Amino acid sequence: MNLIISTISQGFIWAIMAIGLFITFRILDFPDMTVEGSFPLGAVTAVMLIQHGYSAEIALLVAFIFGNLAGFATAFMYTKLHIPSLLAGILTMTALYSVNLRILGKANMSLTKPNNIFNKYGLNKLPVNFNGIILGIIIIAIITFLLIIFLNTEKGQAVIATGDNEIMAASLGINTTVMKFIGIMVSNGIVALTGGMIAQQNGFADVNMGIGSIVIGLSAIIIGEVLYPDVPLSIRIITIVIGSIVYRLILMIVLQLGFNTNDLKLISAIILALCLALPTIREQFFRAFRNGVRSK
Amino acid sequence: MKPLLEINDAVKTIYNDNQNLNILDGINLEIYPKDFIVVLGTNGAGKSTLLDAITGANKLTSGEIKLNDEDITQKNLAKRSRYISRVYQDPKLGTSPRMTVAENLLLAQRRGLPRRLRLRKLNDNIEKFKELTKDLPTLDNRLNTFTEKLSGGQRQTLSFLMAIIQKPELLLLDEHTAALDPQTSQELMELTSKVIMEKELTCLMVTHNLTEAIKYGNRLIVLKKGKIILDLDKDQKSKLKEQDLLEYF
Repeated sequence: MNLIISTISQGFIWAIMAIGLFITFRILDFPDMTVEGSFPLGAVTAVMLIQHGYSAEIALLVAFIFGNLAGFATAFMYTKLHIPSLLAGILTMTALYSVNLRILGKANMSLTKPNNIFNKYGLNKLPVNFNGIILGIIIIAIITFLLIIFLNTEKGQAVIATGDNEIMAASLGINTTVMKFIGIMVSNGIVALTGGMIAQQNGFADVNMGIGSIVIGLSAIIIGEVLYPDVPLSIRIITIVIGSIVYRLILMIVLQLGFNTNDLKLISAIILALCLALPTIREQFFRAFRNGVRSK
Repeated sequence: MKPLLEINDAVKTIYNDNQNLNILDGINLEIYPKDFIVVLGTNGAGKSTLLDAITGANKLTSGEIKLNDEDITQKNLAKRSRYISRVYQDPKLGTSPRMTVAENLLLAQRRGLPRRLRLRKLNDNIEKFKELTKDLPTLDNRLNTFTEKLSGGQRQTLSFLMAIIQKPELLLLDEHTAALDPQTSQELMELTSKVIMEKELTCLMVTHNLTEAIKYGNRLIVLKKGKIILDLDKDQKSKLKEQDLLEYF
């Protein structure tokens, strides 16, 4: 039971990251590799600040700001220097590896100070792993609320329009460059915030902890879409949370079946590939089924 | 009467096959308020480039464009969009597929205006949008339909409504009926003509359709290799037959 609760707790925290990823991948239609660098950036920033005596909240706020700066770098390369989207993200991600090493001073660092967001506000009095669930729900509720409000403003609609149809958006006078900056920066800010939270939950930061994070985030988004297709935007964000938990539960089951933990990234990639292929498989299955019925 | 739009010595040069090629080659054009100008020309004649130059999507190599006597040659697309709207040939280019019909109309209602950090007023505008679409069988009662679920004709009708919902000083129609089936194309063309007359819009319409070119508009221009080779007023145009136009292609 503890394992399931721990898994659900992780699902909630990682869902925050997936919501950040959703902004670039789904709203802006921008395949942003920056997250593999901004996620550990948030983690190392938070750990370093807490180790230097700053509060966990300040650490998360600074992680969020640093994530925004990482997003700014990618958006600048993409919009101003006309570097292709994938390459711009990869360049920032690569550069952030050195930045993260500089911040941390070494490849990884444990969080030795008791100052931790998961131990505050009475969360430490909750049963084991429930602090992650409660904190995850609170942060998701806040981010979802703010995101939905923003997307329902004139500026938010302009961001959606930019991702949906840039030519149309530009012809309506929308400054699509600014909208891309907003989307990519906020997305990476949320991803870095999650990095800071995961580091506090796990009790350490590692410069390599971003590897595969994009697959985890995308899996949550895709599983949510497969389970709940054609839902309004506000519900879509909730489906990401469900997708994140389902993904973690699938991983847990796979590992319980005795797979080697070294194969975790391979398993993650296979799960995502299956989820992405599911609509095609489903369509082909139904087509074959219909053809079979007709031939009878 | 002062022209609404003046294009003086417009040249657009591109580098192609190791040589400079003038897509627009010294275009001079004056468009007066309430003009409905039809532009004809073969593929590569420079029609879409001319529209791009007017909207600011593509800047001129040399020459100037004036709107209401103001030089807008260096103004970008966003600034010009306040006054100039455009309907594209491809129905997919004019709308946002993941937004509903009403959301698209709301977006277009603020064409050229700053997008502020304030809540959009969708509900306040629903009655206005219902009124706008009530006589259009293709869009009536579809305000809450996602645009990606609409047919090409429905999307193009929506694109047209988006272009005129906030009255533009100049409406540009870039072969906006070309991608539709004959019946839908005719219906949209009838709607276009009706709205232009009722709202007294100034319009520049690019088309390949000779019948449309003769039937609609009060002026006809033929472009060839980046130059205006024919410019007819309403009287001259009314005497034209499709056969007469074929020699320019």
